[in-house]
Amino acid sequence: MSTSVDRLVEASGSSGPGHFARRAARLLRGTVAIFAFLAAWEILPRLGLVDTTFLPPFSTALSAFVEMARSGELVEHLAASAGRAFSGLILAVAVGVPLGLVIGWYRSVAEILNPLLELFRNTAPLALLPVFVLMLGMGEVSKVAMVFYACLWPILLNTVSGAREVDPLLIRSARSMALSQTRLFTRVVVPASLPSIFTGIRIAGAYSILVLIAAEMVGAKAGLGYLVNYAQFTFEIPKMYAGIVTLSLLGLVLNEVLVLAERRLTAWKGDA
Amino acid sequence: MGAAISVRNVSKSYSLNQGGRFVALGNVSFEVRPGEFLVLVGPSGCGKTTLLDLIDGLSLADGGSILIDCVPVKGPGLDRGIVFQQYALFPWKTAKGNIEFGLEARGVPKAERAARAAHFLDLVDLADFGDRYPHQLSGGMKQRIAIARALSYDPEVLLMDEPFAALDAQTRERLQDETLRIWRQTGKTIVFITHSIDEAVYLGQRVLVMAAGPGRIVADIAIDIDRGADDLRATPEFVALRHRIWQLFHPEATAAARVVRDGVRQSTASEESRAS
Repeated sequence: MSTSVDRLVEASGSSGPGHFARRAARLLRGTVAIFAFLAAWEILPRLGLVDTTFLPPFSTALSAFVEMARSGELVEHLAASAGRAFSGLILAVAVGVPLGLVIGWYRSVAEILNPLLELFRNTAPLALLPVFVLMLGMGEVSKVAMVFYACLWPILLNTVSGAREVDPLLIRSARSMALSQTRLFTRVVVPASLPSIFTGIRIAGAYSILVLIAAEMVGAKAGLGYLVNYAQFTFEIPKMYAGIVTLSLLGLVLNEVLVLAERRLTAWKGDA
Repeated sequence: MGAAISVRNVSKSYSLNQGGRFVALGNVSFEVRPGEFLVLVGPSGCGKTTLLDLIDGLSLADGGSILIDCVPVKGPGLDRGIVFQQYALFPWKTAKGNIEFGLEARGVPKAERAARAAHFLDLVDLADFGDRYPHQLSGGMKQRIAIARALSYDPEVLLMDEPFAALDAQTRERLQDETLRIWRQTGKTIVFITHSIDEAVYLGQRVLVMAAGPGRIVADIAIDIDRGADDLRATPEFVALRHRIWQLFHPEATAAARVVRDGVRQSTASEESRAS
């Protein structure tokens, strides 16, 4: 995210003569670390400082990536993983947000459910992986369920705290306008909780990929987790790295999409 | 036209965390005439805000009754609008959206909502700021939007809870004048709370002075000054009234206060007979 200073520079530079130079400098600042990292990845194996068997140069991984992209192999795995991650995340939003709003707003519901929620929240999702496989098999269902479970908690808990911490003054203000309880909930509590809901969804986005990869490594016939694990197994090391890079890219894209959605829906907050 | 408010023997207490009860208001009675600008002034903790909440119906009295045009208050209603010190604008709504919010609750059709919002934006001199979000507005602008919002659904009574206390001196004076202008223009009954004596004398047709422990009204002062005067605050009449209320605020001036209060009661009584 750009800082306010960056924006200031951008704003003042947009008409000045140094505009282009400043933009280039900004681009450089934003990418120099990445380039340094990739350069190290390329050079260190070539110099023999690390074993090329275990860490081939970046260009080798890149050509494996291109080759797999061309053959359609990569798309197949990527689509499998993205589909699972996305389904699980959407399900978690569909369940976690309404449930969280109700729990947060109705105190009595919160009192009853809180101990149970605390217990579940503190049970690492991966510890339940064998349980999911046992009950739901090795197929798609268990993987989507796994992602759903992992994503549910951050969404649920952030929504609960969002609904619970609505500014009491806004509630008073709405009540003074004789709003019904239902309207108060839909017109004030829900929008006031949005920023906090989005924090939960963004955390869940990161979790979804993390948990999915682990699930795919344990048992799957497609997906990036399976690809990475399988490539290592069959000693196709460049392929393994190509899979890992694809995973990072998938995570990055998912996070960007969520950040953009958040910015659109909570634009009213301003850039405080 | 504004409504009459009748506060009769109202009391309110809260239970304290450490046990026992705190009496916020003990047996408070007063009347507000239709279209009157009444100011309640008192030190913090004298129950001013509690009293305003009761009139708005946000909380209910333990004893006594509050009537708006002879109808007892049983909860919040759109016959009363309230303006809070901290603006209480919905941050996810634009200025216009905030003004329309109360109209929506009243079931006003969309086209009329927009027209009314435009009208009230104009009334508070912010016609060009309808699309701004609260975080893009200054404190004074936010409070003007809050006033427009409270007026938009056409309540008979406007309740204002220290609305200008968080603003800088210049903005405050400007908004005081705007409030007077809006009051004259709309004819609403206004009950205005402040801890500033200066503000009370400047705005009120009548000032009720409150004291704490338990919250009660200690004086009822008619503000009979020539508002056309240049720099009103510097006129001898203004200064004298200001000082009279100041004396009521200070415990060491209690004896003096009693004399003033008795004098005031007589003058208000004679004025009321004149009014009726």
